[in-house]
Amino acid sequence: MTEPRHGIAPARARREPNLLPNHVVLTLLLVFSLGPLVVLGFNSLKGSAEIGRNPLGPPTAPIWQNFPDAWEIGNFSTTTRNSTILVAGTVAGVLVTGGMTAYSLAKLNLPGSGAFTLYLLVGSSLPIQLFLVPLFFLWRSFGMVNNLFGLVVIYVALNSPLAIFLLRSYMLQLPSDFEDAARIDGAGEWEVFRRIVIPLSWPGFLTVGLVVALSVWNEFLLATVFLTDQERFTVVTSYFNFTARFSRDWGLTSAAAVMMILPIIGIFLALQRQFIDGLTKGGLKG
Amino acid sequence: MSIARTGDAGLGRLGQGQRVQRRHRVVRKKVVPWLFALPTLAINLVVILGPSISAGYYSLTEWSGVGAAEFVGLDNYRRLFTEDRSFHRAFLNNVIYLIIFLTLPMVMSLVAASLLAPIRRASMVYRIGLFIPYVLPSVITAFIWTSLMDPGRGLGSQLARIGIPWFDQPFLGRSSTALPSIAFIDNWHWWGFLMVLFLAGMQGIPADLYEAARIDGASRWQEFRDVTLPGIRPTIVFMILMTSIGAFLVFDYIWILTQGGPAGASEVLATLVFKAAFNNFEAGYAAAIGLVMSLLAGAIISVFVFLRRRGWEI
Repeated sequence: MTEPRHGIAPARARREPNLLPNHVVLTLLLVFSLGPLVVLGFNSLKGSAEIGRNPLGPPTAPIWQNFPDAWEIGNFSTTTRNSTILVAGTVAGVLVTGGMTAYSLAKLNLPGSGAFTLYLLVGSSLPIQLFLVPLFFLWRSFGMVNNLFGLVVIYVALNSPLAIFLLRSYMLQLPSDFEDAARIDGAGEWEVFRRIVIPLSWPGFLTVGLVVALSVWNEFLLATVFLTDQERFTVVTSYFNFTARFSRDWGLTSAAAVMMILPIIGIFLALQRQFIDGLTKGGLKG
Repeated sequence: MSIARTGDAGLGRLGQGQRVQRRHRVVRKKVVPWLFALPTLAINLVVILGPSISAGYYSLTEWSGVGAAEFVGLDNYRRLFTEDRSFHRAFLNNVIYLIIFLTLPMVMSLVAASLLAPIRRASMVYRIGLFIPYVLPSVITAFIWTSLMDPGRGLGSQLARIGIPWFDQPFLGRSSTALPSIAFIDNWHWWGFLMVLFLAGMQGIPADLYEAARIDGASRWQEFRDVTLPGIRPTIVFMILMTSIGAFLVFDYIWILTQGGPAGASEVLATLVFKAAFNNFEAGYAAAIGLVMSLLAGAIISVFVFLRRRGWEI
């Protein structure tokens, strides 16, 4: 570094580091991260013959028919419905039960809250493989294998701890004035929760809902184990079988992949601040 | 229990009206909060705690998953540690996975975050673009990269066409390269997330510290080493902990890409559990492997807690 020779120069002008190398390296990394997605988009519009000749570049004659074909062959109308039910059920379940628990922890001085929080923390860091096998056979004895509701219950259990920690910290920031006023007016805790706390903490609920929705939509291991009947496959597990069956027909499999990720990327871009916020906080809390 | 006790203690001293009021208050203070937590607790007990405890029992039995479990004592563990070669291989592969994930994504994300931290204009574009792979489902990431790594129609074949050899190999189909290739693909999806975490940490470092370092004539490397790294140490340590646990639990990418093959070259503990339980119908044995995985995760956490107690600033 050269010493500044003129002592009166403004601080900013004195040391504005040259950022061009930063941009060059970051652009290369951006190509590494997004290039494969661009290639995927190109390939979704090609036939097998063209992919053999030109596996990376843009299509010469786009074949849009790949998309309706993939939708049909991949049984997307069924799998999309299954995944949507799982996502909606889990998000609703987590927000209701997790929201209630978070309210209890944040505002009602739950007796024994320290032990309860520790229990949730330990429970959420147990590996799925520990309880997967007994859980599967327990669920089978209940008749809840190949049952979307059965899987929703499992997803709710697994996603709740994170939701509770995020919602609790959100609710702790809310002032208690409104709640106290409602209580004086004779409102029960359920009414306070429903009419005051939920409306005030909806951004927290939105963030949690997005994070849970994404993790359920993308989930693979449990969906593979608990939904083995083809009519119950999710978008993800069905795609896994689809690529195995049509492993050489990349045009078709790429089109299916594009259909799967476009909604995710679209929602992510529209709400990226909430997503990144929720996912990074979730990552930091386990 | 405590509710009844509080109620009884009040009986002698309080009048009828006060008693009702007092009981009402106790209900409001103690019972209502637990009613709110009850659904979470109930679901958690059925899905996680109950099966976790019974896993401990089943690991001591020979059990196919249907019918009665036959108690065999520690036989599953004896078999696991002394006879089962695939267990040793899988454990070693988990360790290799751990080593790769403690280096490659850490270096990539630290470099990218420190390059991105001083940028104001267009910083959102980089942040969002590098984060996108993290939101994709594992099956898609796996499909994209099996296509790109295809020796005949992938990236390698195009490089070979323009005179750059070596890359057109069946990386995923060869024992020596299968596991590192899976780790590479998993990392493509993972590192952007780590980068955003480190970036958030770096943006929390007070600007004065950098100003002071510059006045002292620090180079960019010295700035990184003496200001940035110490500033985000809590995040780094936490992510080392999370990575260490995660590397022993990895399942998705291995199962999707190779199912542990070729010939066990990419087998890990989680794929062994899956195969034992659902392909070989040895649910008792699978429970034993699952329990060992949990103990490994517990041991890693204990090491961190122990070091922290010993006064390490982590």
